[in-house]
This record gives sequence, structure tokens and C-alpha cells, in this order.
Amino acid sequence: MSGLVASELSCIKRDRVLFDRLSFSLQSGQLVYLRGPNGAGKTSLLRILCGLSQPESGTITWQSQPLGEHWFKDLIYVGHKPGVNGALTAIENLAFWCRQHSVSASLDHLYHVLAELGLVGMEDVPCRTLSAGQQRRVALSRLWLKSAKVWILDEPFTALDVKGVAQLEDKMKAHVDAGGAVLTTSHQALSERAGTVRFFDLEYRF
Amino acid sequence: MGGVFKRDLALAFRQKAELVQPLMFLLMVVTLFPLGVGPGPDTLQLIGPGVIWIAAILSSLMGMERLFRDDFADGSLEQLQLSGLPLYAVATMKVLCHWLVTFIPLLILSPLLAMFLNLTVDMYIALVITLLLGTPLLSLVGAIAVGLTVGLQRGGVLLALLLIPVFIPLLIFATSAVDAAALQLPYRAQIAIIGAMLLIAMALAPAAIAYSLKVSQN
Amino acid sequence: MWKWLHPYAKPERAYQLCNTLLPWFALPAVVCLVVGTIWGLAYAPQDYQQGDSFRIIYIHVPSAMLSMSTYVAMAIAALVGMVWQWRTAYMAMIAMAPVGAVMTFIALLTGAAWGKPMWGAWWVWDARLTSELILLFLYFGVIALYTAFEDKQQAGKAAGVMALVGVVNIPIIHYSVEWWNTLHQGSTITKFDKPSIATEMLWPLLLNIFGFALFIALVTTMRLKNEIIRREMHRPWVQMLVKQKETNDAV
Repeated sequence: MSGLVASELSCIKRDRVLFDRLSFSLQSGQLVYLRGPNGAGKTSLLRILCGLSQPESGTITWQSQPLGEHWFKDLIYVGHKPGVNGALTAIENLAFWCRQHSVSASLDHLYHVLAELGLVGMEDVPCRTLSAGQQRRVALSRLWLKSAKVWILDEPFTALDVKGVAQLEDKMKAHVDAGGAVLTTSHQALSERAGTVRFFDLEYRF
Repeated sequence: MGGVFKRDLALAFRQKAELVQPLMFLLMVVTLFPLGVGPGPDTLQLIGPGVIWIAAILSSLMGMERLFRDDFADGSLEQLQLSGLPLYAVATMKVLCHWLVTFIPLLILSPLLAMFLNLTVDMYIALVITLLLGTPLLSLVGAIAVGLTVGLQRGGVLLALLLIPVFIPLLIFATSAVDAAALQLPYRAQIAIIGAMLLIAMALAPAAIAYSLKVSQN
Repeated sequence: MWKWLHPYAKPERAYQLCNTLLPWFALPAVVCLVVGTIWGLAYAPQDYQQGDSFRIIYIHVPSAMLSMSTYVAMAIAALVGMVWQWRTAYMAMIAMAPVGAVMTFIALLTGAAWGKPMWGAWWVWDARLTSELILLFLYFGVIALYTAFEDKQQAGKAAGVMALVGVVNIPIIHYSVEWWNTLHQGSTITKFDKPSIATEMLWPLLLNIFGFALFIALVTTMRLKNEIIRREMHRPWVQMLVKQKETNDAV
């Protein structure tokens, strides 16, 4: 199996079993939409799949190898927290992120991407002065900067306006059509713009 | 890797208040002692090394939290962990940067403290050597505990509880080196022991910091 | 080589193991403690220098020795948990922590009580007492860190790291304090100038050391059982256990 394959995952948080022996796979060209009530463990599952936290038991492989450097190269994760430092400007944040993820992007390109996301004039102010939606856009601009095969997005639409949601949905569709894979959660349903969606349901366990 | 270092330095200089406050705290604590125990030059010389080191440890505990706090809270640490860079190296860079911005100012301040507490020149030289070797140890070992408590809402006092007992040997050897210098005795042994402790910390701490950050991320 | 141990990493098996071990700790612990203490306090000969006050060693020495070894045992449990990812190892570690802290406290208390007739003061900054005090602080740190976390699994891992940091430090603390002591007080008479202790005095002491060790094992096992049950409350096997107990009680 080529994509991201997780088998027999178990996760225990605060002595509650969130999921047990869960199997999951994500192949290229798929947009998987993870659904479940609050507290079902959506975020925990996403973080485990990213490699941020360890499952209680079970294995995860990317292109038949356990998660490692080659996985991080192919992954963009945008979580609840934007990963944007409030004291630095949007440009500084992105430039640092690119350097850290070994993405080569010129300063012009960074300005261009921020402009595309509607952040003209906001490039040089400290990020803490931006609104929540604007900070979210800065976080999401990573999707425009790094060419990764897999996107894992945790509630990416939070705080975005209608235009932003549409823009992100278009971007997701383009990515999937180009052979990429997206795994996302959201409280609002995706519109048709996002293309065909596969659902994966996580139930709340007691 | 250099990027991490540059970014942390830039951040430190943008939040100068956070750097200056622990230093002012240090200065004030040192000022309390002559007021509390009396300004007799001999008394001050006797307690001076201990006072400076205790104040340095306490003030470093206050500023230590900012080592990982912001990066954890805003999610930058998650992105760093997913960047494929080795976490222990990233952590070491951050500790190095933290040491530079917190303890170099302390070293610059130290002649003033030495005058306040009536230390002799010999004692001051010994003090500077112990600070140079001892403060990286504070940063390295402290970072382990900061990594563990970074996800907790109220980590401040807990951090002190965890670290003070661990710093006791350093305090003992550092102050005894300065005491020895006061009596014109050789203090190479104490310096060597502090150096050895620093080497052990340099070997083990990066992995421990990386592990503790991973635990906090879970 | 350690393969046979792995099944006990499962909480259910660990619980059963605790149940089997409990009586083996309980009975010898009681026997050793009763015999050792009565022998030591009532029948062992007097010390020619310290008279009857030396008899406190039958409590002080075992608690002081075992407070250190309990900390080391905690660190070993933490290491096992880290290397093999055993949940139960962390549970065992945290089951030991308060027991070790109490042992340290007993050692401090008896040491202070002994100090009164020996040095004429309740507290003297003697090297051993100071080391014990710092050890108590280390225990406090581990326990405080554990209680600060909501997620007890994360708490176990975090406390484990701190236990390991502490255990690397214990020898350093020990020697630094000893050195500090000789610097500041000259050579005072330490309480144990080489154990030239008579055999009649030694036997009850050994019995008590053994008894204390078994007692610590006993309390730790009991606490571990509680911890396992508390943490696994929602698992089917615990609920089976409760049902069994209910039916037994009904009969």
C-alpha cells in the first residue's frame, strides 16, 4: 500500500478510550472528511497520524515505511493553533517556516502568496495585531508555499469568511485533482466546490 | 538550525521587557541582603558569593518559562516537530539562545553586584568563572523541566519546586570556589567539578529536553 | 531474555500478579518488623557510649537506607516504562513515590530526634540529614509534577523524566553535601563511624531493614492495585471483577 496507512490504532486520553483498533488509510487523489461529535478524538487521531503524538498501540506507515523524515517532507499540517508567532510579522513567520521546512521561496513569492490570500498591507505588522481570520490565512498560506503530497487540516475553516472558505475549498480540490491527498475535519459541511469527499466517522465511546 | 537561532534572537530583542525583568529582580534581591543582615563589609563578603548565586538561580527560574512557552502556546513547536529537523538539535539551539540573552547580561551586571557585596578581585574572578561554567548548566537542566511543564497552565512555582533541589550541588561548588578564592586557596577542583557536571548535562540534556517536549505534545 | 516479563505490562495481568504477591509480602513483613523491633528495642544490648538512645537506629537506619533505594527503584520503573512503553511501569513508579517520601520523612524525624541527645539540638546541618532533606524535596517534585497533569498517562511519563533527572543527581548531591559539610563544620563526629556494631545489635537491625523493605513492597503493591483499578475503571475486565465481587458478597 502506497499512501498513509494506519492499522490497529488505539488511543487513551485521560483514562478514557477514544478509539480502539482503528484502521485508516489515505491514498493519493482522496479527500477524506473526518466526522464525529466533540470529544470523539478527531484531533487526537489527526495528531497521531501526523506523528505529533504516539498512539497507545498500532502502527502507521507512509509509503510502506514507518513515519520519519520522508513523511514530514510530504506533509503539511495546519492544526488548531496557527503556529504563527504574534511578535513576528507575517513575512517573518512564513520565511522562518519555509527555511525550517527546507522550502525555498523568494521574498517576492511570499508577498505574492499573502496578496493572493487577501493580506495586502498586513505583511509587515506583528501578527498579534491581525484578526483571527487573518491569522488563520497566514497559517493556511503554507498550503500555497510547500508542495506536499498530504495535507492534514484540523478545523481549517474556523474564523474564515465566506470568500476564504471558498478559496480554501478550491485549493483543496485542485490539490486532490493533482494527485494529492487531504484529510480534514470541520464542523460545517464542505460544499460541492471541494469535489468528491469520502467520509470517515468517529464515534463517541464511553 | 541557524534559522531557529536567528528567530529566537529576534524574538528576544522584540520582547526586551521579559529579558530585563529577571535582571532587575536579581539586582533587587541582592540589594535586600545588606538591608536585611546589615552592611558590615566583612559580613557581606562572607555571604556575598552565596547571595549572588542564589539570586542568579532564582532569577533564572523566573525567566526560564519563556524558553518554550510561546512556541508551545501558538503551535510553532508543532510545526518545528513536523519539519523533520532533529528535535534535540532544535532544543539545544533554543537553550543556547536563551543562555546568551539571559546570562550574558547577568555577567555584565556582575561587577556591580560584586561591589555591592564587597567582594575582592580574586573572589570576583572566581565568581565570573563559576558563572561562565555554571549558568549553561542552569539553562540545560532547567530546559528539561520547562519542557515538562510547558503544557500546564500554572507551571511557574512547580518549575521552581522541580529545579531547586537539582541545582543544589552547583550552588555548593560554585560558592565554595569563590570562598576558596577569598582565602587565596586553589579552587581548581570546584571548577573542574562544575565543568564535569556541565559536560554530563551537555551530553544528556538535549535528548531529555526533546523527550520532555514530546511528552508535553501528547 | 526479559520476554517472560512482557505479559505483565498489561494492567490486567499486573493486577493478578499483585494479588498473588500480596500475601508473600504481608506475612514476612509483619514477622520481621515485630521480631526486629521488639528485639532491637527491648533485648539488644545497650550502646556503651550512647546508652539507650542509640536504639533509634532500628528505625532510622532502615528508613534512611530504603528511602534512597525506593527513589532508585522509581527511576528504574520509569526507565522500563520509557524503553518498553509500559503503562504499568509508570503506575508502579507513582505507587512508590509517596511511600518513599514517607520513608524519607521518617528518616528525617528519627534523625532529628537522635540529634537532641547527641548534639543537643533538634536540627543540625549534618551531611546525611541534609542529603535526606534534599531527597525529600526530590520526592516532592516528582509527586507535584504527577498531580499537576490531568492526563495521568502523560503525568507518569513527565514524572518519570524528573525521577531520572533526580537519580542522576543523587550521587552528585550526596558528595557535594558531604563536601560542603566538611568545609563548614570541620570534622564533626558522624553518627556512623564505620559500623563496628556488635552482632547482637546487628541481627535485629538486619531484620528491620528486611522488614521495612517488605513493608514498602507491600504498600506499593496495594497502591499499585488501586492505581490500576482507578485507571482502568471503564474497562470490561474491571467491571467483570466488580460483578464477581458483588455476587460473592450477595452469597
